[in-house]
Amino acid sequence: MKLVQSSLQQVVAVAGVAMLVALPNLANAQQRVVPAQSEIAFVSKQFGVPVGGKFKKFDAEVTFDPKKVEAAKVNFNVDLLSADIGNSETEAELKKPGWFNSQKMPQANFTSTAVKAIGGGKFEFSGKLSIKGISQNVVVPVTLTQSAGVTRAVGSFTLKRLDFKIGDGEWNDVSLVANEVVVNIKLALTGVPPL
Amino acid sequence: MSPRYDRVAILFHWLMAVMITASFAVGLYMVSLTMSPTRIKLYNWHKWAGVTILTLAAARLLWRLKHTPPPLPPTMPKWQTSAANVAHVMLYILFFAVPLTGWAYSSAAGFPIVWFGWIPLPDFVPKDRELAEFLKPWHWMAAYALAAVVALHILAVVKHLLMDDDNLMSRMLPNMTGDKK
Ligand code: HEM
Repeated sequence: MKLVQSSLQQVVAVAGVAMLVALPNLANAQQRVVPAQSEIAFVSKQFGVPVGGKFKKFDAEVTFDPKKVEAAKVNFNVDLLSADIGNSETEAELKKPGWFNSQKMPQANFTSTAVKAIGGGKFEFSGKLSIKGISQNVVVPVTLTQSAGVTRAVGSFTLKRLDFKIGDGEWNDVSLVANEVVVNIKLALTGVPPL
Repeated sequence: MSPRYDRVAILFHWLMAVMITASFAVGLYMVSLTMSPTRIKLYNWHKWAGVTILTLAAARLLWRLKHTPPPLPPTMPKWQTSAANVAHVMLYILFFAVPLTGWAYSSAAGFPIVWFGWIPLPDFVPKDRELAEFLKPWHWMAAYALAAVVALHILAVVKHLLMDDDNLMSRMLPNMTGDKK
């Protein structure tokens, strides 16, 4: 009995030490996105009419310390099937092979390759954006603000839909549906070290 | 012969008659199409024409308030003059109701109106999926109601032409002979 107890104590002690060692790393490794306070929106123009929506499902693995941007890593996944345009007709259209082909390839991914601090809470996230199996380099300028333990990241970039074959074929007329799609990102993150 | 409508009234009448007929036809046709660039173009032209009709309706109403139309022939029975007046009021109401419900539906469905792809118009209802579904039938019901009143209107014209022989229609026709009225 005594033996069992002492070995248990040992296990607990070892585990405790292991956790103490691991914890600071963990805190560094994972910043969390708060989905309810985050938003990925997009807008393009149809005959000069702004038409857009939001992606309701996305998740991100973020490793980010504003003071160590060399080590920053962002891996962002967006579920293209979750696009909410506000009317089901356009949403059904968007799922088709000519547009997102999202039944077959539901994920869009952004993986950062380099992060640059420009000062004043501004950063530039360079990386690869993959949609429909096509990867393109993009640079996303992001502004960070912090309050009450929550870091808000706001950024926006413009992609060209035809670079990703979004709206291929009969829809490639950019005078009807503009080539430029503005993506607006608002993220709330927890666990980001101070700016 | 009875006195004529003034030139502005005649211009409004025929301009709107052509545009409403075209918008109605395009509306019926476009909703029957499956999604395609053509369909998108027709939707946009339909909306632009519809907003133009709305502005014409506003201008026409202002004109109408200041310019009394020529009286109907005294030979017409009372119920017919009342029916004509009711129909005309209905037409004016629907000139507004049809485009406004279309505009509201479009805004609610997430397509704000940019007139001729050029002048952005405000949304007077928010983008809202449920509201859009609610508004959709109102636009086509209003459009069908407008078509029904227009049909009655034309039937009445034909009746005057064929049965009453009072040449009422010529009051609204452009003066082709070049005579002063
Ligand atoms: C006097 C002017 C107008 C007329 C006579 C008219 C008539 C019609 C008709 C007949 C339809 C087909 C309805 C159906 O059978 O489902 C339609 C659909 C439609 N109209 Fe109009 N309309 C007018 C103005 C407008 C305006 C100003 C707008 C928007 C700014 C508009 C937006 C639409 C839209 C979005 C639809 C498609 C509704 C759907 O998807 O079911 N219309 N219209």
